[in-house]
Amino acid sequence: MNQGSLVSIDDISKEQILDLLDRAAYFEAHPNSKLLDGKVVATLFFEPSTRTRLSFETAVNRLGGRVIGFSDAATSSTSKGETLKDTIKMVSNYADLIVMRHHLEGAARYATEVTDVPIVNAGDGANQHPSQTMLDLYSIVKTQGRLENLTITMVGDLKYGRTVHSLLMAMRYFNPRFRFVSSPELEMPREYIEICRDLGIEYTEHRDFSPEVINSSDIIYMTRVQRERFSDPMEYEKVKNLYSLRRDMLGNTRPGMRILHPLPRVNEIDRDVDDCPQAYYFEQARNGVFARQAIITRALNIDPTR
Amino acid sequence: MSQQKTELAVAALRNGTVIDHIPCEAVYKAVRILRLEDAGTAVTIGNNLPSDRMGRKGIIKVADRFFDESDLDRIAIIAPTAVVNIIEDYKVVEKRQVQLPQTIKGIVHCSNPKCITNNEPMETCFEVVSTNPTRLRCRYCNRTIGGVEAEIAQ
Repeated sequence: MNQGSLVSIDDISKEQILDLLDRAAYFEAHPNSKLLDGKVVATLFFEPSTRTRLSFETAVNRLGGRVIGFSDAATSSTSKGETLKDTIKMVSNYADLIVMRHHLEGAARYATEVTDVPIVNAGDGANQHPSQTMLDLYSIVKTQGRLENLTITMVGDLKYGRTVHSLLMAMRYFNPRFRFVSSPELEMPREYIEICRDLGIEYTEHRDFSPEVINSSDIIYMTRVQRERFSDPMEYEKVKNLYSLRRDMLGNTRPGMRILHPLPRVNEIDRDVDDCPQAYYFEQARNGVFARQAIITRALNIDPTR
Repeated sequence: MSQQKTELAVAALRNGTVIDHIPCEAVYKAVRILRLEDAGTAVTIGNNLPSDRMGRKGIIKVADRFFDESDLDRIAIIAPTAVVNIIEDYKVVEKRQVQLPQTIKGIVHCSNPKCITNNEPMETCFEVVSTNPTRLRCRYCNRTIGGVEAEIAQ
């Protein structure tokens, strides 16, 4: 398998995560460095995702590289029945790095097996989205000054939300304390609970998004509760407002507490929270460019400080 | 004693392979794993036979065929209790329990319709994440499935 690829956050070590965070901090301080001069990066978006694609392409442009690719499989040979393998092999002739998003789970892993060009997974269905996790981690370290010994509260859809699963896996290296707040239908899958138990990570599960939970958190990671996850629409209506955050709930939080959300949000964070000092979700999205610059330079084995 | 009777009930084998102590629900999957549909030699399949150890069991006898160990070990995915007997001239010359491999390529079908392996002409690959009960994780989409209910690819 090729070396620089990033398919899943579970594949990389604590040291590699810390290296990526150092790189992200470097790029925040030096956003425009011509490190990719002469390099071509392909962004293959078999499934549209404007936010992620623009963030990756901004990262490449700020590093002085060139971008080729497509933003929708309808404009690629996939619509003519070309296999993923053939598309990846063909693009490998042109590009130094492939950033890909695909609606099928495992597509990026498979891509690493058919090419020597490094692959960066920009999301494969409901499976993995490691650049989101890196920007989450960077946001946490930036706002808290550390990753160790933090109390992280995850709220909303903990069952299907891949971002919370990946964040849990990445944070397992840093002695976290987790609070899982959700309805019974959307609670954290048992396999992740077992991982916490096996690693001796302290966690509690809650049905109520109570003041005690909010006021003892360093990070509150909100997620969107999606209507389509519920077989009973009444159940959705009941649950959706139980796990939403309003300004009046933030009166007694820890001084450094910050609210994260992978976005897009619907009604799980009230608009009046946006102006609170605890709101960090828009800056979090901005950190995505630095995190992706870090991932791209690591994939191409480029040391930004040299 | 009862084991001997059972073996006689499904006819003795002169040369070949006997796979015994297969859970009843796994017998036909074992047939598919070994691709016995295409076997050119005599195949005897017994199922729901009385067993001291298992209550009821299945057994497969294949005349004049000797399989690679790795092929036989694939049966452990669905039948971890299975025992392989190699028969030469009516005698058991080798007897061993099947061993579950760490990685299983091909054979098992991923149950996730959105997995790349179900949408691209490629081989599946599973890692064994636990035994007793056997659980397999798809290398590609990460879905875990139970070994006993694993669907065997054609």
